[in-house]
Amino acid sequence: MIIKGRAWKFRDDVNTDEIIPAKFLALTTAGELGPHCMEGIEPGFSKKMAKGDIIVAGKNFGCGSSREHAPLSLKGCGVSCVIAESFARIFFRNSINIGLPIFESAQAGKAIENGDEIEVDASKGEIRNLTKNKTYKSKPMPGFMEELISAGGLMKWVAKKK
Amino acid sequence: MGYTITEKILSAHTDAKSISPGDLIECKVDLGLGNDITAPLAIAEFERTGAKKVYDNRKIAIVPDHFAPAKDIRSAENLRTLRDFAKKYGIKYYYEIGCMGIEHALLPEEGLTMPGDLIIGADSHTCTYGAVGAFSTGVGSTDLAAVFVRGRLWFKVPEQMKFVYTGRLNKWVGGKDLILFTIGDIGVDGALYKSMEFTGEAISRLPMDDRFAMCNMAIEAGGKNGIIAPDRITLEYVKQTAKKSKKKWKVYKSDKDAEYCEVKEYDVTKLEPQVAFPSLPSNAKPVSQAKGIRIDQSVIGSCTNGRISDLRIAAKVLKGKKVHKDVRCIVFPATQAVYLQAMKEGLIEIFVKAGCAVSTPTCGPCLGGHMGVLAAGEVSVATTNRNFVGRMGHLKSEVYLSNPAVAAASAVKGKIAHPEEVI
Repeated sequence: MIIKGRAWKFRDDVNTDEIIPAKFLALTTAGELGPHCMEGIEPGFSKKMAKGDIIVAGKNFGCGSSREHAPLSLKGCGVSCVIAESFARIFFRNSINIGLPIFESAQAGKAIENGDEIEVDASKGEIRNLTKNKTYKSKPMPGFMEELISAGGLMKWVAKKK
Repeated sequence: MGYTITEKILSAHTDAKSISPGDLIECKVDLGLGNDITAPLAIAEFERTGAKKVYDNRKIAIVPDHFAPAKDIRSAENLRTLRDFAKKYGIKYYYEIGCMGIEHALLPEEGLTMPGDLIIGADSHTCTYGAVGAFSTGVGSTDLAAVFVRGRLWFKVPEQMKFVYTGRLNKWVGGKDLILFTIGDIGVDGALYKSMEFTGEAISRLPMDDRFAMCNMAIEAGGKNGIIAPDRITLEYVKQTAKKSKKKWKVYKSDKDAEYCEVKEYDVTKLEPQVAFPSLPSNAKPVSQAKGIRIDQSVIGSCTNGRISDLRIAAKVLKGKKVHKDVRCIVFPATQAVYLQAMKEGLIEIFVKAGCAVSTPTCGPCLGGHMGVLAAGEVSVATTNRNFVGRMGHLKSEVYLSNPAVAAASAVKGKIAHPEEVI
């Protein structure tokens, strides 16, 4: 899996209230949630970003509430993946489960700047900064997880495996 | 080498022969919880699998509490989704408006969370039940859907952190202050992916409601679970609640030679009530450093501090006083049983006479949903658990977290205050 896009850089401890504020939580699908993505930290994000763009953040991305609406909204507005120095536990789990690729890399989370062109090679665990001509290490994504994400999430993958 | 209480509970629920931190294991789940925000997604996922029935209708709890009573038409539709699902699949523990309470106060009260249980909930504050000596953790909606189908879920065995609290607590200082102080020390990712075990003489003297408040906020340090090994106080509590549910329990305790990745020791003798400044729960400072900060609203309640002893403390401060003319004070008992008890004890009368708005149980104000949303530039002190940017309303509003005594005193003063200033 190769993912390519422009980086949107965020700080440490971005929480799920910032990713999708509670006033939108009565909505339930990625399509409905997408237009409101990141509205608690970067109002108008879904209009400013282009489909395929990548979110890059510091430590503890996705902390706070367990709302699966957070990764769903990222997927819904067309974010291709999230790279962070570290992820909060429930957000990590939810992202995998709904099929949003996420990559943990302390190097990439620190070095990438807003607007950098990024290319991620999921199976090699390599994050390439095409603007700065640098490569950062992430953990290679295991084969089954790549399959699971390509299938569109845990439940779709489970259904396929039956 | 010995095991911790968390490891023992995980071990008792898996087929794996031995477990150690980092292992991925599959466990049987004793109870899976969903609410009106997270369950609609789980129900949609569940139905997409084509399953004809749930794994066990006695091991699922559905609590409509976040946007309930319905705050708008869309919320009403989500609430109906829960109601229809509960009826269709015969979910035993479904709580309609009028019987419901805030999930993390309600389920322990109903005797559904017992020592030794393994509980998951599609709500991050599911870690609350560690207070009775259960392993409980928050997950997402898809995880809950998997539990609806199979009654099992995968877990990574967490590393173990131990927190030892020595000394005696001062008056007006409780579980909320201990946990705010702890998060202030280790940070909002200080226990990321890890288990937080709370021990020590200050804990052994701590009443149940305070223990719930502590374990409730383990997630605010990134923790997978918070847990307190059962003792005399726990067993007195669960003997009462088990009368209702007829559930059994099993007591686990950490071995003396259990392995911890980190041990923190705090002497809490001189601890003041804590206030977490905007916009992270880790910005905790002694109340003396927050004095004089003007407020527009004081919120007393939530899954952290909406239990009867929290209301007793707030009433003690508010008795015979008036809420400041520039402040709205909103009190929301966490469950109907708490509400009723507060009525019997005359606490509701104290609140209403003081000029507080008393609400039916709901999560509404805590997450800026309804029943106390903040406008731009407004400031609230709250006994809730999160003070993130925009948590309680407008992105330019602010929340200071505190215990119920400080929230009540601040409501009277119109600015953040120590309870002794108004008593």
